[in-house]
Amino acid sequence: MTKLTLRAALALTCLSMPMLAQADETLDVVAQFEIQAPEPSTSGYIFTRMGVAETLVNAHSDGTLTPGLATSWEVSEDGLTWAFALRDGVLFHDGTKMTADTVVNALEIARAKPGPLQTLPITGIAASEGTVTVTLSEPFAALPAFLAEFRSQILSPGSFAPDGTGVKIIGTGPYRITAIEPPLSLDASAFADYWGAAPHIADVSYTGVSRVETRALMAESGEAEFVFGLDPASVSRLNMLDTVEVLSVAIPRTLLIKVNAGHPFLNERDARRALSLAIDRTGIAKAVLRYPEGAGQLFPPSVAGWHDDTLAPLGQDVEAAKTLLRNLGWAAGSDGILRRDGARFELTLTTYPDRPELPLVAAVLEQQFRAIGVDLAINTTNSSEIPAGHQNGTLELGLIARNFSLIPDPIGTVLSDYVGNGDWGAMNWQNEGFTALVRGLARGEGGDAERAQAAGILQAELPIIPIAWYQQTLAVSDKVTGATIDPFERSFGLQTMRWAE
Amino acid sequence: MSAIVSRLVQALMVAILIGTATFVMMRSLPGDAAWRIAAGRYGYDNVDAAAADAVRAELGLDGPAHMALLQWLGDLVRLDFGNSLVTGQPVVDEIAHQLGASASLALVAVLLSLVIGPPLGILAGLRPGGRLDRALLVTSTGIKAVPQFLVALVLIVILAVQLRWLPAAGHGAARHFILPSLTLALGLAAVNARIARDAMARIADMPFWRFAQWKGLSERQTLLRHGLRNVSVPLITYLGLQFVTLVEGVIIVESVFGWPGIGHALVHAIFSRDVPMVQGTALVLGLGFVLVNAAIDLAIRHLDPRTAA
Repeated sequence: MTKLTLRAALALTCLSMPMLAQADETLDVVAQFEIQAPEPSTSGYIFTRMGVAETLVNAHSDGTLTPGLATSWEVSEDGLTWAFALRDGVLFHDGTKMTADTVVNALEIARAKPGPLQTLPITGIAASEGTVTVTLSEPFAALPAFLAEFRSQILSPGSFAPDGTGVKIIGTGPYRITAIEPPLSLDASAFADYWGAAPHIADVSYTGVSRVETRALMAESGEAEFVFGLDPASVSRLNMLDTVEVLSVAIPRTLLIKVNAGHPFLNERDARRALSLAIDRTGIAKAVLRYPEGAGQLFPPSVAGWHDDTLAPLGQDVEAAKTLLRNLGWAAGSDGILRRDGARFELTLTTYPDRPELPLVAAVLEQQFRAIGVDLAINTTNSSEIPAGHQNGTLELGLIARNFSLIPDPIGTVLSDYVGNGDWGAMNWQNEGFTALVRGLARGEGGDAERAQAAGILQAELPIIPIAWYQQTLAVSDKVTGATIDPFERSFGLQTMRWAE
Repeated sequence: MSAIVSRLVQALMVAILIGTATFVMMRSLPGDAAWRIAAGRYGYDNVDAAAADAVRAELGLDGPAHMALLQWLGDLVRLDFGNSLVTGQPVVDEIAHQLGASASLALVAVLLSLVIGPPLGILAGLRPGGRLDRALLVTSTGIKAVPQFLVALVLIVILAVQLRWLPAAGHGAARHFILPSLTLALGLAAVNARIARDAMARIADMPFWRFAQWKGLSERQTLLRHGLRNVSVPLITYLGLQFVTLVEGVIIVESVFGWPGIGHALVHAIFSRDVPMVQGTALVLGLGFVLVNAAIDLAIRHLDPRTAA
């Protein structure tokens, strides 16, 4: 009995040995994202990034919109009717033709699920020969940018069950899925009838690996050619290797503190400014995130128009912070924590571990706030506690990472976060001047001057306290060339990559 | 026969207990389930009130708890595990896919541990206090004292990154099995080597062993004819207990190596309050425990007929 198992196990081990050093012709992509289901509303960003599914509109790395499955678009005089001219000769991976009807079908299904399309004043989406027409109840200039978001991807009608649930990903992209195994893997091959330039690398695979250490080791060992989402420690190590190149780009994502401006301690602007002045942004950026500098304002330089170079940057000044709080009637108690009318200046900072740097930054903030006499308790929990706490009013401070360009035009996020009652934006804060400016921008009135003015109001009022701008990093093996990194996180750019000679 | 019936009754009790216990525990966790499920579905960038409301409306989470439990037990009788709240896929499909990946990993790990542990243990047990025995004691205590994720990372750094013999992580080809199963196997072997060593030392000290050698059998013949069967009884009994260690190890090892197994699935399901998925996974693991123990009972009866009497 024992001998038999011994032999079986030995045979198994020996059998696997020759396969160890096997070379393969597949470009292996590794990232942290898990494939939940063949469902565009939840895992759609993996399919668009892998070049399987496409959207009507694309975005250039500088944020300008470019034609995708729609070759051009125009808006009527009153701003209420948008016509998108569809590209000719586009085939889905199942061989069926993309028509105006199939596009309308995909967009209507997307609009019925939670997502950005649901927030738009759309009254109807109609198909006519080669054109899709979207009608609105009020003008909305950023509509094309919303159609560049992953949930607006165009899939064939065969991708959906009768109730609209995604069952299969049949897109139009340069790569066609050959095997999909939720939650961790996907294989795809070049689609022979792709409308655009054929990709150079025929076979690609995607693997979801949730641990960042493991991803970095896969890059280091050459197991994966394209490894997305690295932590600062791994970047320094990978930078020392000759076989791997680390690419890095500033992305429109900001690390910030979401403030409950209705809280009795935080409803005065000077109290929020005092908290902001207590933060050593450069220290946090260098020590925790290993970036050269912190955020001087909410919008990073890559968010064209909204970033204003002339704005005085947010900085640290502990003495000024203490003075501001003293003027508001706060005085230090025996334990060094401020008190006013018998109330101790204690707040709970809620954050989530999905992004590993957040709890670390929270711990640093606890120290820095203590220096001005504010006692911070840290609650690291599920990410949904932030929007849930926003809704029921219990949130005090939240440490979050907010992306302004999941939709390539930040107006959508700005509108929902700072004008509407956005779950991830300002809380109990409204500003009429700001609202008027942003509403106007959404309708298509005004330009960069108005955007800078709106950003200036956020800087002065601090309904949120910016801390750092993110950088996205990825590691590419020297076995491939032509890799790029997309600041809008829409694509891995696999179709332009080649095997190195 | 009666043994099988009693095991079946045990399996039924386990099913009801596990189903109820996981349900009660998941319901009593703090936080709103609709929000947690929405965070699991849409991710932290996209979870908001609209998403949570859509989840609440779709799943009817506002209903009374006891009705949901009764419905689950009713579905269970019809062998219907329901659908995952996060992915919408049938739980039974997800478990089948993920259990397959975990079971094959666990099987390879157990086989590998049996190749490594017992032979060394038996050799050490034949010469108690010898050099091999002392070295084995130090090594197995050392391996057992190091957390499994560290063993995993050390193996990756040496075998995948430095020597480039094996892939660091991933799933699909046979070569992906080696590092995760070796990580698990080392932990198991560290213990079953000790069990084999103690059993061997005890048996080698018995009169029948000396008698066998006195009547002229070589040490090798004594071991093959009289030793192995005796050593295998405590070893196989202990294998049943190691199933627990294995399940525990699989959860950690799967997360380090990016292995799409049941441990990985269970952790994610708990985070996003995917109650049917947690119930299904826990149930399968619980029944697996009953099954493994039943199989071990049968094996022991076969090896040591005295226990059947």
